[in-house]
Order: sequence, then structure tokens, then C-alpha cells
Amino acid sequence: MHKFLIRSFVSSLVLLFTLTVAAVAKDVKAAFVYIGPTGDHGWTYQHDVGRKAVEAAGFKTTYVEGVPESADAERVLRQLANSGHDVIFTTSFGYMNPTNKVAKEFPNVKFEHATGYKREHPNVSTYAARFYEGRTILGTIAGTMTKSNVIGYVASFPIPEVIRGINSFTLAAQKVNPNIKTKIVWAFTWYDPGKEAEAAKALIDQGADVIAQHTDSTAIVQMAEKAGVYAFGQASDMDKFAPKAVLTSVENNWGPYYVDRVKAVANGTWNQKDTWHGIGDGMVVISDLDSQMPADLRSKVKKLQADLASGKVHSFTGPIYDQKGNLMVAEGKTADDGMLAGMMTYVKGVEGDIPK
Amino acid sequence: MIKIVKRDQPSKAIFFFTPVLAIFLTLVAGGLIFFILGFKPFEALKFFFIIPIADKYGFSELLLKATPLCLIAIGLSFCFKSNNWNIGAEGQLTFGAIVSGGVALLFYEQEGFYILPIVILAGAIGGMLYASIPAILKTYFNTNEILVSLMLVYVSKLILDYLVVGPWSNPEGFNFPETRQFSDSAKLPLLFEGLRIHAGIFLALAAVVISWFVFYKTYLGFQMKVSGFSLKTAKYAGYKGKKMIILVFLISGACAGLAGVGEITGPIGQLHREISPDYGFTAIIVAFLGRLHPVGIIFASLVVAITYLGAETAQIFMQIPKYTGQVFQGMILFFLLASDYLLFFKIKFIGSKK
Repeated sequence: MHKFLIRSFVSSLVLLFTLTVAAVAKDVKAAFVYIGPTGDHGWTYQHDVGRKAVEAAGFKTTYVEGVPESADAERVLRQLANSGHDVIFTTSFGYMNPTNKVAKEFPNVKFEHATGYKREHPNVSTYAARFYEGRTILGTIAGTMTKSNVIGYVASFPIPEVIRGINSFTLAAQKVNPNIKTKIVWAFTWYDPGKEAEAAKALIDQGADVIAQHTDSTAIVQMAEKAGVYAFGQASDMDKFAPKAVLTSVENNWGPYYVDRVKAVANGTWNQKDTWHGIGDGMVVISDLDSQMPADLRSKVKKLQADLASGKVHSFTGPIYDQKGNLMVAEGKTADDGMLAGMMTYVKGVEGDIPK
Repeated sequence: MIKIVKRDQPSKAIFFFTPVLAIFLTLVAGGLIFFILGFKPFEALKFFFIIPIADKYGFSELLLKATPLCLIAIGLSFCFKSNNWNIGAEGQLTFGAIVSGGVALLFYEQEGFYILPIVILAGAIGGMLYASIPAILKTYFNTNEILVSLMLVYVSKLILDYLVVGPWSNPEGFNFPETRQFSDSAKLPLLFEGLRIHAGIFLALAAVVISWFVFYKTYLGFQMKVSGFSLKTAKYAGYKGKKMIILVFLISGACAGLAGVGEITGPIGQLHREISPDYGFTAIIVAFLGRLHPVGIIFASLVVAITYLGAETAQIFMQIPKYTGQVFQGMILFFLLASDYLLFFKIKFIGSKK
């Protein structure tokens, strides 16, 4: 509850501030392109929460949902750029090439592409969140709460983003419980409740009593609730879907970034950037910690959260070994962003191979 | 009093009239839905069906969208006319795209006039290979082609996933699931500067002409028609049923494969996980709306294509949920099937009897 109060207080402050600013700023219109429906309670839902923050800050917004990453994306982008939008947020990796292509044709429109790496024109920025920091928290909780020492992990696609998450999670879990094993099931989907539930079931059948996920639906936490094991919410606070199973969630909090960038467009201070924000900048938020967790674990998590935010603790601090025992990060060192961005090897303690 | 009477013969006039009726009823029902959702129905319909194609760019996008739908639906009409229920065009499209994309990647950073024809041919062959699986299983093992072709769709998508995640992923692409961009020689030429409409439209038009010729001017077309009406008659007439089944599947697969080629060597320019927003399934609606007639399919593909564009425009300008486009596609098929009732029955108004 207290967190809600703080959040509302902060957002009303932000609102107050922006109302004063918006009064002098010119009319800026922002557009958002979504991969899924706004009601997915995962990835797209959270982007739409961010869009609403932009509306609350006094700007006009438009969104188009369910835009496939096929040839259609380019048409939607061009239409948005053509119809008076000043800044367009494209919120899925697959929009990378269409975003850069359309950006070339509309140099006066700003483009913000989530999770990509191409910034071919000065009017294209990219942004992503350090979700792996959130997974360090989840790993700590999972390693403490497991009794079977088997932790299940439903993964989507073998890309660095997902491998990084698995590694960060496993490293944190090992730190509190050296005996744990992380079992992975690759669902090869970002959003497919049926497949995700099946994957979770397979992991539970193999003895996993805590399930983590890197897919977007609520099917996994609901399956965990039914089976009486623990789970973590993904992208949004999924507690209400499985109140007993969900220990906490890692929320994607895009609002502050979106408001910031739209304001920059309004003030004429927008510049090309590559943003990668974590817990410290508030892009990654940890939901309320469930009361089933022992009090000392909760305070430990709170401290870890503060340390990750301040930079005192880094998710990838050496010594880190890969599955074969080769040193990946030396003692006392931390992995740099280049290594994190291209991470394609499991750390020790993860079972199985990365699908190739 | 109203009485419903069975017709002696299905009415030919009604046969071509019902698609128009279905579209009309869809518009009425669509307007009603908009009204219930709290939007002005006429304004919404305008944003859905007129605004998106009101300028040259919009019209070119309509043709771009209709091209794969038309091509696949033409191919499917060969199957459907002869009682072969190929539901897996989406898989044949995907596999055609995989084969043609693989060839295009072989020619990475190479130039040459010969590259594009090889890439196109590879796509057609890929689609044919994939369509031959349900065809052969049906002819020699009596399997149900609906199930086999449908299930193979998911298999093809998994193969594509595997390739773009693993062996074919862009070496400079940070392991994201996509291949390199094809070289210009492996891409279909654009027809106009600044528009995305590409030479693939000629493939669709050629398919229309060829299919018309085969359906109405050849013995094969006649055989297909007879088999469509009655398999027993076809057998009695001594037609080589197995050969024909395989042939129509191959034609259908080639068309779907070419549609895949058009997408990846046209507007997309690479392989990734989502090369088609289910064109292979939507084309089934197109084929039936066009009454399996080549000219009908042209019109039907334009009508269905506009539901995609309209849904985007309506969301951008009126905040109508984009998924309404799918509702429209569903309604068209629903009303078409419902009005087919009129084919076999007529409504008679007779004076009240006492």
C-alpha cells in the first residue's frame, strides 16, 4: 500500500510539473506501435501504461495495436509519420528495419525503437531496460524459497536478452544456495498461453518448485498456482492472477522514459540516444514482496534492490564460469555492456544447451 | 405468408450475387457494431473503406496487400474446385519463402540478372515440395489432407524459427532472430519510385490468366470440375484421380510459395519470424468470396486487403480497435456461407390462405 501512495505522490508531482511545462510547450503528438493487444497484461500492456503517462503529462497520443512485424509495420509507421505525429515509439524488436527505413523519409519526425541496435539516421534512438537486474532479485528469492533445489525457467527465444536473464537469475540463486539447478524449457514464443502453460507443467513434473518466466502471458503463474509452487510475474504485477504462487513481479516501467522523451521533443532538446536503464532509473520496478517470504529474506531483497539501484552491486560480478568451467568474468571484475549485449553462453549451474 | 422452397437447380445468378450481398451485409453489420461501440457508423466506414485508398500511395498499398492474397487464392481454387481441401497454404508460403530466402542468402552481396529468377523459382519449388506432402499422403495412404496440410503449417513456422534463430541468423545481428538483408539483385524491382508495389503483382496477374485458361479451356479443368461435383463420376469416367490430386496440390503450393517470395524479396527484404500475417489462411476467405473464379478472386482479394488497411486507419484516426479488421473478415465469410442458403432454396411469398 505504501508503495502505491509513494507512486501516486510522485506521479502527481510529475503531473504538476508537466502541466506547467506543457502550458508553454507546443502541441506534440506521440504515437505508439504495439506488437500485441493492449490487454495482454504483459509486454504491450506495460507500454500502454507508459503511453497513458504521456497522456497524463498533457500530450496527445495515438496507438496502433497488433501490428505484425511483417511488411505491414512499414505502412503503419509511414501513416503515423504522415499524419502529424512528432515522435513515434516502436515497441518490438522486429520493427527495427521498418523504423530506420521510414525514419529516413521523415527526418523531422523522431523515432524511438525499443530493444533494437540500429540507429541509421540522426532521428532514430533506441531504448531498452536492464531486466537482468530484476532477475537478480528473482534468483535470490528463488534460491532461498526452493526446497527441491530445482528451479524451472520458461524461456522464449535463444537471444542475448533471454540468455542474460537466465544467467543473472542463476548466478543470484547460486549465491544464496550453491546446490540449485536451473532447468530451462524453450517455448519459442513470446506470447502463447497454451504453450507457456505446457512448458510450466513440464518443469513442475521434473521437480521444479519455483518457476520463472521470460514469456508474457499469465498462464505460467496460473499453472503454478494450480500446482502449488511459486512463480514470478513478468512485465506487469501478476499477483492478482495467482495470489498464492506469485512472490513478486518484475515490472517494465516505461512511463518516465516516455514522458521524458516526448517532453524533449516539445522543448526541442531531443537528441539521438541509446538508453539502457535499470532499477536505478526506475525502468525496472520490483512489485510488492509477498508475505509468504520470510521477513529476513524480504529485508535482504530490499537491500539488494537498493544496492543494484546505486550500482554498489552488479548482477554480473566475477568470478563467473561458463558450463564447461571456463572463466567468463574474473574475480573482482564486472561484465561490461558489450559482453552483456552479446551474451550467448550459459553460466555454470544452468542445465542443458542453448538451442542452435 | 412466406414459404421456403428448394430449387431444382442452384441459381447461377444468385451464385455470383451472394458475394456482393455478403459484402453489403458485412457493411451493415459493421456499421451497427461501430454504432454500438459508440462511433459514428458512416464516418467509421469511411475511414475503414475509403480513406485508406483515397490517394496514389494508399492505392498502391492496397495492391501490395492484395497481391499475395490473390496469388494464394488462385492456387487454392485449383484444389477447392476439385474437392481437395488444402488448408495449409500458409505453410507452403512459409516453406517457399525459406527455400527462396536460403537461395537469396547464398547470393549475399552478389550482383547479376540471373539471381532473381533463381530465387523466384526456388520459392515456387519450395511451395510445391511442401504441398506434395499432404498430396502424396492423401493419394497413397488415404490420410485426411485437411489435417495434414494444417499441421504442416506449424511445422514450417518452427523450421523458419530454427533457421533464423540459428544457422541463418545475421552474423552481425547480435543473435536476434533474423537473417541478413538480401542483395538488390535478389529483390523484386519496384514499379514506381517511392511506392512499395513491386513486380510480384505480375506473378499474380499471370496466375489469374493461366488459371482462367486451365479452368475453362482445358481437359484438366473439366476433370477438376467433374471431380469437384462427384468423385464417383470422375472415377467412372476413368479420370486418373491420383495424378490430378497431386497436380492441383503442386499448383497450389507453387502459388503460395511465390506469394512468400513476393513478401521476402519485396517489402521485407530478409527472412525473419513473421513474414506473413496469416495470408495463407485469409486467402481461403478470398477464394470462396471470389467464388473460385479467377476474376472473382481479383475483386475478393481487393475487398479483403482493404479490411487490413482500413483497420489501421480506423485505429489511428478514430481509436477503433484494430482487431475490428479481423471481425470484418470473419463477417464476410459468415454472411457468404449464410447467403449460400439462397443458392439451393428460394423464398416464395404466397397469398394468405384461409
